[in-house]
Amino acid sequence: MNTQAPLRDDTIPATDDRPVKLLCKDVWKVFGEGAKEFLSKNNGAPTFEDLSKAKLVGAVRRASLEVRRGENFIVMGLSGSGKSTLVRCLSRLVEPTWGTIELDGIDLLKASPEELIEIRRHRMGMVFQHFALLPHLTVLENIAFPLSVQGIERKTREARARKVIELVGLSGREQFYPRELSGGQQQRVGIARSLAVEPEIWFLDEPFSALDPLIRREMQSELLRLQSVLKKTIVFITHDFDEAIRLADRVAIMKDGEIIQIGTPEELVLHPATDYVAEFTRDVQRSKVMSAASLMRPVSPSPDYGGTVGAKDKVSSFSARIVGVRKNFLVTAEDGRPLGEVTPDDVIDILADRDLSKEAHV
Amino acid sequence: MTVADTTAPVRPFSIAPWTLIWIAAIAVVAILYMVPSIAPWAAKYPDGAIIPISKWISAIMAWLKSNFMWLTRGITDIFNVPLQWAIDLLAKGWKSGYGPNAVVLPRLSWIGVCAAFAIAGYKFGGWRLSALAAACMLYIALFGQWTSAMLTLALIAISVPLCVIVGLMLGVVAFRKPWIDRSIVQPMLDLMQTMPTFAYLIPMLLLFGNSPVSGMLATAVFAMPPMVRATVLALKRVPHEIDDFGEMVGCTQRQKLWWVLVPSGRATLMVGVNQVIMLALNMVIISSMIGAGGLGYDVLLALRALKIGQGMEAGLAIVALAIVLDRLSQAASRQRPVMHVHDQNFLQRNPMLILALVILAATTVLSVYVPAFAAVPATIKVSTAPYWKAAVDWINIHFFDAIEAFRTFLLLYILNPIRDFLVDFPWLGMVLLVGLAGYRLSGVRLAVLVVLMTAFCAVTGLWEKSMATLYLCGVSAIICAIFGIALGIVASRSDRFAAFLTPVLDTLQTLPSFCFIIPVVMLFRVGDVTAMIATVLFAIVPAIRYTNHGIRQIPESLIEAATVSGCTPRQMFWRVQLPLALPEIMLGINQTVLLALSMIIICAMIGTRDLGQEVFIALAKADAGRGLTAGFAIAFIGIVSDRLIRASTDRLQSRMGLS
Repeated sequence: MNTQAPLRDDTIPATDDRPVKLLCKDVWKVFGEGAKEFLSKNNGAPTFEDLSKAKLVGAVRRASLEVRRGENFIVMGLSGSGKSTLVRCLSRLVEPTWGTIELDGIDLLKASPEELIEIRRHRMGMVFQHFALLPHLTVLENIAFPLSVQGIERKTREARARKVIELVGLSGREQFYPRELSGGQQQRVGIARSLAVEPEIWFLDEPFSALDPLIRREMQSELLRLQSVLKKTIVFITHDFDEAIRLADRVAIMKDGEIIQIGTPEELVLHPATDYVAEFTRDVQRSKVMSAASLMRPVSPSPDYGGTVGAKDKVSSFSARIVGVRKNFLVTAEDGRPLGEVTPDDVIDILADRDLSKEAHV
Repeated sequence: MTVADTTAPVRPFSIAPWTLIWIAAIAVVAILYMVPSIAPWAAKYPDGAIIPISKWISAIMAWLKSNFMWLTRGITDIFNVPLQWAIDLLAKGWKSGYGPNAVVLPRLSWIGVCAAFAIAGYKFGGWRLSALAAACMLYIALFGQWTSAMLTLALIAISVPLCVIVGLMLGVVAFRKPWIDRSIVQPMLDLMQTMPTFAYLIPMLLLFGNSPVSGMLATAVFAMPPMVRATVLALKRVPHEIDDFGEMVGCTQRQKLWWVLVPSGRATLMVGVNQVIMLALNMVIISSMIGAGGLGYDVLLALRALKIGQGMEAGLAIVALAIVLDRLSQAASRQRPVMHVHDQNFLQRNPMLILALVILAATTVLSVYVPAFAAVPATIKVSTAPYWKAAVDWINIHFFDAIEAFRTFLLLYILNPIRDFLVDFPWLGMVLLVGLAGYRLSGVRLAVLVVLMTAFCAVTGLWEKSMATLYLCGVSAIICAIFGIALGIVASRSDRFAAFLTPVLDTLQTLPSFCFIIPVVMLFRVGDVTAMIATVLFAIVPAIRYTNHGIRQIPESLIEAATVSGCTPRQMFWRVQLPLALPEIMLGINQTVLLALSMIIICAMIGTRDLGQEVFIALAKADAGRGLTAGFAIAFIGIVSDRLIRASTDRLQSRMGLS
């Protein structure tokens, strides 16, 4: 039911006090005649039945989300769930029918075409599923293209392009044409091109879906490596839940145009909002998403610890150690304060996928 | 139960109401045909009621001519500059000043031009294309057609860029504003492509004078439509993501169009350019008849004087030129950039271009001192004209009886009866049947369109000539369909036959329409039989191509499913392959009909008695109204048949869920 508001993330870790970079509130994209009038008549909150009665199709329905500066925000959904339309609304490639979209507090939907061009030239970058490279330009020219659109002279833009080429590991391929490269290399060009303008917000629309599984993993690692250096604000679209939890700080799960849950991978796995979400999380290796904090018990009176782990450390990062030592580990906060402890048995349960806490959901 | 009870009594009347309607309509028309005296005005359009559209058009043309002469002649003068420049460069040589003080610069040396074509061939397609290009150009040179061919080439060299630029602009406008596309551009293109070329030569002559510029503008009108269509198609086909990418990097509208969309659609655009070149060649040949000179004029002169050998040679020179231009432009359009070592300058990147320019310059300078470089020396010129004549004479002497018998048989037992039947066909009956078909196939809009267009042929007093056109076109199209579909089926079943057929079809499609007439005239003399055979040769290609492709494109899985179900080869063909390929075959037939129509009009030169002849007479008398009216009638016949065939194809496709 769409009357149920998307699960607000009051569960965001308290440490995330980064400012909101991109805000999207009650955004609708409705296809059909008189869509806008229809929405304003219903105060921007029609029900599913209202829509179908008016013969309208809601591609995105009342989507609200906040992306924080430097966050890896993943929008996950199967095909037809409206995730691509949503991200195109965020960049105004598609004009939303209703709602507010703010970039650093500036209303994007009120921007004039000229302002929008300026914003896109300097503050946004986008990577596409099928790369969208220009076939008549070399790698170097493709990457320098966004700069040449801005009228930057050749020397400067090529120097900047060469820098990004190095960053994505394409040195030596500058003079190749896109069709002379493999798929993975082509997407590296796409990534480099989107980074050439040093954008603040980085949209990636299923960037690795067209690649082979092995290359896909390699590119995911590459993305994580780049992000650890660049610290962009990322909005990443995917239909692959494993990819989502691998890359995400937070994931928004979409179905039929609605966001049904937003949360960290751990929250999704531990507290799926609906059966639909639970269906996705069922096969996830929980040791990879669960942190020590979610597994810990109160500190026991007899402190004989085999080691210490951070509260945010994933179980998989210390499971081998704790199982080897066979002793409880102390869980500490970032400042070294003891918070609790984890037992080897609990870790083994997680590794063996023996369920303790989630029975109610399955 | 109740449903069955209530519907049962109605059934006999509602089995197929359309069958009844058709039977009734055909009966009415048949009665009208047998006994025209019951409603003579419906059988034969009354002379008194003819609307003098041609007079009105003539009046408009006269008004345009007297009021806008300054403009049109100004345009002529402007276009004349590059055109003369090209003609001087390729064919005539520069001359400035008069008398003994005149400074004369030579034209490009024929050796240099041949070398340049060979180099272009090598650059775009390797040694084989290079050899082909050189051979064709040398043929033109050695057989004494050089100057005419270069004149033709000069006209093409100027018309093609004009067409490409204007076509690209129009295509861009049509792409950006779909309502302009639907309401203005598409109907205009349809008219431009179905209107016979002769028809608009007349107003061109009146407005732009009797100069090569008129021919060039007529060429532009004729050759532009594929460029417009290719542009729209190319822009529409650019992947959505590339469009989004252009937006996301903050392109302005103009930047997005010229930096992103147009380059991305290059491959499709180049197909358009290739078509423009071939159509331009076709049209330059035709318009050379109104004084532009060149190869077409030579053919025409030879045909008029019945100099079969010379006609054949000039015709083959057109073929050679057509093949060179087609293969070169196709190969060029397939070129894709290749990685190059960085920091090469222009010279290093284009060695072939530099080489060609150097050879051209050197041979041209040499030609001032060495006559052999300036003009093809008479000693190495060859003429096969006597042999052609001898060969035709030999055939005529030995097979005259057989050919004549065949010709007379066709005329007496097939062509003339059909012609008589159609010419006597009541005009109102035809309007009724066509309208009914339009309504049945698509709806009221199509019905109104085809009724108005058919009625136009009658109310302008051109009914009998229209029917004569329809008869020749129809007979040719039917013959094309029979042989074309059969050949297409064979080709679809045998890869070897298809491999043999492809180059033949390629060549047939490359040849200007004009060239088909020459050999046929030699054997069958002038008249309807010749027109029909030439038309069949010209128009059969799409029927074969589409049939072959239509059958081959049927998904393998369907064939396998049919095989597993136990189809015999015969069942497979009749129940699976043919029905599934039918929409595609119909598209081929549609193109065949349109090609046949355009060819029939050109056949007016060899004495048919139809709308083409009307246009031809108008051309001779420079009667714009008469020519354009007949031209519209021809165009309307083409559009009516095109719309009806397309509508039935759409119906077929939607019924099979293929659309």
